[in-house]
Amino acid sequence: MLTKRLIACFDIISGRVTKAVRFQDNIDVAPADELAEAMYTAGIDELFFYDITASSEKRSIDIETVRKVAKRVFIPFAVGGGIRDARDMYTALKAGAEKVSIDSMAVRNPAIITDGAKAFGSQCVVLSTQAKKTGRTPSGYEVFIDGARVATGLDVIEWIRQGQDLGAGEICLNSIDNDGTLSGYDLALMRLAEAAVTLPLIASGGAGLPEHLAALFTDTQAQAAIISSMLYSPRMERNYSVRELKEYLTRGNIHIRPHA
Amino acid sequence: MIRIIDYKAGNAPSVLHAITHLGYAAEYAHTSADLADAAHIILPGVGSARATMDSLGEMDLLRALEDRVLREKIPFLGICVGLQILFERSEEENTACLGWLGGRVARFNAARVPQMGWNEVCFVRDAPFSADGDFFYFVNSYHAIPEDASDIWGEADYNGRFTAAIHRDNLYATQFHIEKSGKAGLALLRGFLETGRGQC
Repeated sequence: MLTKRLIACFDIISGRVTKAVRFQDNIDVAPADELAEAMYTAGIDELFFYDITASSEKRSIDIETVRKVAKRVFIPFAVGGGIRDARDMYTALKAGAEKVSIDSMAVRNPAIITDGAKAFGSQCVVLSTQAKKTGRTPSGYEVFIDGARVATGLDVIEWIRQGQDLGAGEICLNSIDNDGTLSGYDLALMRLAEAAVTLPLIASGGAGLPEHLAALFTDTQAQAAIISSMLYSPRMERNYSVRELKEYLTRGNIHIRPHA
Repeated sequence: MIRIIDYKAGNAPSVLHAITHLGYAAEYAHTSADLADAAHIILPGVGSARATMDSLGEMDLLRALEDRVLREKIPFLGICVGLQILFERSEEENTACLGWLGGRVARFNAARVPQMGWNEVCFVRDAPFSADGDFFYFVNSYHAIPEDASDIWGEADYNGRFTAAIHRDNLYATQFHIEKSGKAGLALLRGFLETGRGQC
């Protein structure tokens, strides 16, 4: 039986992992490849890296960091930030990433989803979307881009349905409202999404306690959960190990790959 | 020499990284001449059965592959779509495949396709080497249905049992990504790289 996945997510600036709250106030944590290897050894299921300044600095993704990680980590990992076209995707995949995540660029140029899927297969293309409850769209959730700063007027549910049709292989939904609050995932958002698409869904934004993971996997069909702060943020009162989280979920009868 | 067939897409780099990490030297193969010195051949999958078959054709590798693998019987490992194309036909874009093994490839009958993530594999028969763990990373919408059940090495469950690994003579193949399946995958990969060593 397929297990639920825990995905450690890292925001990267100049090869180092940083931690922000609501897209602001980044503080430095550790070199990306070191933290990635530590999480891999501890039994995390997958890793996501976002080069968070690539887009605003109008440059391609930090490929040297991708290459370093690929040499130390033997589980799937996705990279995002600064992916503008199929050539950028190829560069990231060639450096050893399993998947690329596209977000603002996909909204600006939806054809990039199809281009990537055709060239490398849908499984390589993660459509990541920043969702905020604004009440201005049919589902109530609106797509934001550019570091969650710019409203697009697009309906989140309509957009991910379109993303699926265009060839995305997986959908990662981040709740801007819950991001950084440590108050749990936006379960209502995930339920709307699971009814609209058949692709695997990744929930992001809000995880602060093991209970939040259990609620996500029990109450929604999300197949994977993004966690970051609770694993390694120096701002947290305490961090949780992968082992603790996996043991907790296993006790709750949630089917998960055992920790290392 | 360990040779990894490298198309201009696909996961050949990840396979190379994993092999290097295990302490072996490997090189990509782009032409049939590159396969001449191969002691092990690894065929990662790319995109779809059709794309993989087309790439092998465009690279003019089909004949050299058959010579080395079917006639000279050097150890061969197919990964993901690299498992599927060993069979006669894939439902995916109705593609004619290598036909090295009898059987076909069908789409999953499940609510959410592709299957993406870690699944538990049950190795149903002995092989010269085995895994150090049961969970492996899968990304697939299609699965192989061998004619001869004795070709099935491992099975997993995704809305029903499906073929997760294949073994017959010098042919090995995993539907999961052996290079991205953590320590369990690396142990299996090491087992493959050790097969046939010292026998020539």
